[in-house]
Amino acid sequence: MSPRPTRLSAALSGAVALSLLGACSGTATDDTSGSTGGDSADQKITLSVVSLIPGSEQAAFDAFDERVTQFQDAYPDITVTPVEYEWKATTFAAQLAGGTLPDVFEIPLTDAKTLIENGQLADIDGQFQALPYADEFNTSLLEAGKGGDGKVYAVPAKSIYGVALHYNRDLFTQAGLDPDKPPTTWQEVRADAKTIKDATGTAGYAEMAANNTGGWQLTAATYARGGRVQKANTDGTYTATLDNPGTREALDFLHALRWEDDSLLADSTLDWGTVNQAFAAGQLGMYTSGSDVYTALVQTNGMGADMYGLTGIPLEGSDSGVLVGGTLAAVNVKADDAVKDAAMKWIDFYYLSKLLDQTQATADAEVLADSGQPVGTPVLPIFSREQYETSLGWIKDYVNVPLDQMSGYTGVMFDQAVVGEPSRATQETYAAMDTLVQAVLSDENADIDSLVASANSQVQGLLDAS
Amino acid sequence: MATVTVPRRRHRGPLDWVRDGGLSTLVFALPLIVIFGVFSWSPIVRAVVMSFQKTNLVVTSWVGLENFRDVFADPLLLEAVRNTGWFALLALLFGYPVPLVAAVLMGEVRRWKGLYSALAYLPVVVPPVVAVLLWKFFYDPRPEGVFNAMLGWVGLGPFPWLQSMTWAMPSLVLEATWAAAGGTVIIYLAALTSVPTELYDAAEVDGASLWRKVWHVTLPQLRGVLLITLILQVIGTAQVFIEPYLFTGGGPANATLTILLLIYRKAFGQSLGADYGQATALSLLLAVVLAVFSLAYFRLTRAWSTS
Repeated sequence: MSPRPTRLSAALSGAVALSLLGACSGTATDDTSGSTGGDSADQKITLSVVSLIPGSEQAAFDAFDERVTQFQDAYPDITVTPVEYEWKATTFAAQLAGGTLPDVFEIPLTDAKTLIENGQLADIDGQFQALPYADEFNTSLLEAGKGGDGKVYAVPAKSIYGVALHYNRDLFTQAGLDPDKPPTTWQEVRADAKTIKDATGTAGYAEMAANNTGGWQLTAATYARGGRVQKANTDGTYTATLDNPGTREALDFLHALRWEDDSLLADSTLDWGTVNQAFAAGQLGMYTSGSDVYTALVQTNGMGADMYGLTGIPLEGSDSGVLVGGTLAAVNVKADDAVKDAAMKWIDFYYLSKLLDQTQATADAEVLADSGQPVGTPVLPIFSREQYETSLGWIKDYVNVPLDQMSGYTGVMFDQAVVGEPSRATQETYAAMDTLVQAVLSDENADIDSLVASANSQVQGLLDAS
Repeated sequence: MATVTVPRRRHRGPLDWVRDGGLSTLVFALPLIVIFGVFSWSPIVRAVVMSFQKTNLVVTSWVGLENFRDVFADPLLLEAVRNTGWFALLALLFGYPVPLVAAVLMGEVRRWKGLYSALAYLPVVVPPVVAVLLWKFFYDPRPEGVFNAMLGWVGLGPFPWLQSMTWAMPSLVLEATWAAAGGTVIIYLAALTSVPTELYDAAEVDGASLWRKVWHVTLPQLRGVLLITLILQVIGTAQVFIEPYLFTGGGPANATLTILLLIYRKAFGQSLGADYGQATALSLLLAVVLAVFSLAYFRLTRAWSTS
């Protein structure tokens, strides 16, 4: 072998190896979290924020971009980078560790306490307390975003919902039912589901069952029948109470729809996204989910407004209530103070000021309405009920959601008792309850009593461990 | 008496190593070493370290063997092992003989051999996610679902497919067999070409039937390849993930929860990233079990293999 090509090849190989090493080290030092762009406070800050769920309509993105422009006009020293985002427990930790999580992101109310305990959210107490309306929040909602140290790590934002019953008005009409008279008891829900199935061949009812959403909705169904799935003891421990009449009734209800009436959509893989898809595609008559889901149905699933109906979830039993949940805004734990300051300005501008300030409210509503995005989807108030109703008054000219088709819910939303989600080992509890829903949906001979008892002891183990 | 002097071996220094091309060898190997180091070995080492930690990738603490104890205490582990074993058994019963039979039959045909090979291999080229989503559509449990409608023509069904705890796993195996058989068929076809034709000629002269030719000539000649594909199949099925993840998410009611899906759930599923330690501990245990199994298998079957 002649030495010349050897040296040449060696040099080339060395160069390749070096460039690879360089590439690796480049990756390792990449940091996508917000940067202040220099030491001086008057220099520009780049802030990455969540925009919309991937796959949303272009018009929705246009509306979002318009709000970003307005923000940047108001704060010329902050450059906002929108990032498409959908909360997923499955990818959150990896996104955070990998540096791809935006500076400002949204988390479900359900997971706030766990994330705070895990040290995965930034302490934004200083920035929050500087808000002029910091003491006007609904205290129980704000509590969800506070850590054990009493500091604020996440701010109630975007929407707070109560679980409600969504129904397809077209299927109601086709089945000979009156879409303006949705069911008000579980017995009526069952009867209407069967009527829809018999008349149209389409499933009358559907239940989420996978990715912890089955547990979420079974908890909502339990609350609606007066049951609870978890009890906080005075000594700081928690007791699993899955084995209660409410949960068993809820499972009996599903079993009856699935195996006696054949009116339930036989799919044990449905979760929040896929049940929305199926509903928007007209594949089911009714399902329960957050009252704010109309926005996603329109923005992501292209649902036509005419087919949509919303009513209150039937409440039965002495201690029954509506499960409430919602979205909190939080800041990346890796953010420095300058980024946290900018983040709070964005949270104030994008999520909150429109609920408190008429100019902001109309500006936001105008942008959304101009691009055909839903304005006025019913949600529960982040501040007081009076403030919520006042803010609705400011934007009444822009409201474009079919409020008359949602009167079944808006008529009762402030009268129904609300109950928070289980606060300890929430996702693990929901995962164990997924199994219950799936068992009932897939096994005609499912022994509900023994399944519930076994899930209860499993969840108790999780609670003891946590 | 003549004495033989053995020339003393000169001590070789680093300069000799460089002069003999050691440096250029190292430089040539460097990209490979770097790539393997960064993308293969460092994650393995990291996983071993993580299995002794409680970490959510932000806050980390050392916990000794606690993760391993928690893994064994998890009631879902037994279920996952049972399900994985059931999948492996079904895949062995259906997935192992099918490619062999197909390859032997295709080896017998005189014309269009290339076309048959291409058709057999086609499912392997379909991206697994696309294949699973297609099959999910076929497995529609309603009577008007694709498979149920077709079976309905001959008076069978409708079957619940993925919606039943009994049917879900066989449904997964059916798709997995369809998806993977093509690759094994090609390996068998290649191995078949190495079987000396004289053996078949001799068998034919002796009046052997097709079955006896397969049993007495083909299978013994293929045993080396068969043993390798068997171990690959067992290792592959023990790590089945795509099918249960995409088809059922482990459901209904954990009926298709496999070991890898359990690892995934521990790492990402429900703990907001708090259980990476347990996930890596279970991964290591699986790797050790498979390594021990492979060693034992090769030791036991050494006498049967051709080499």
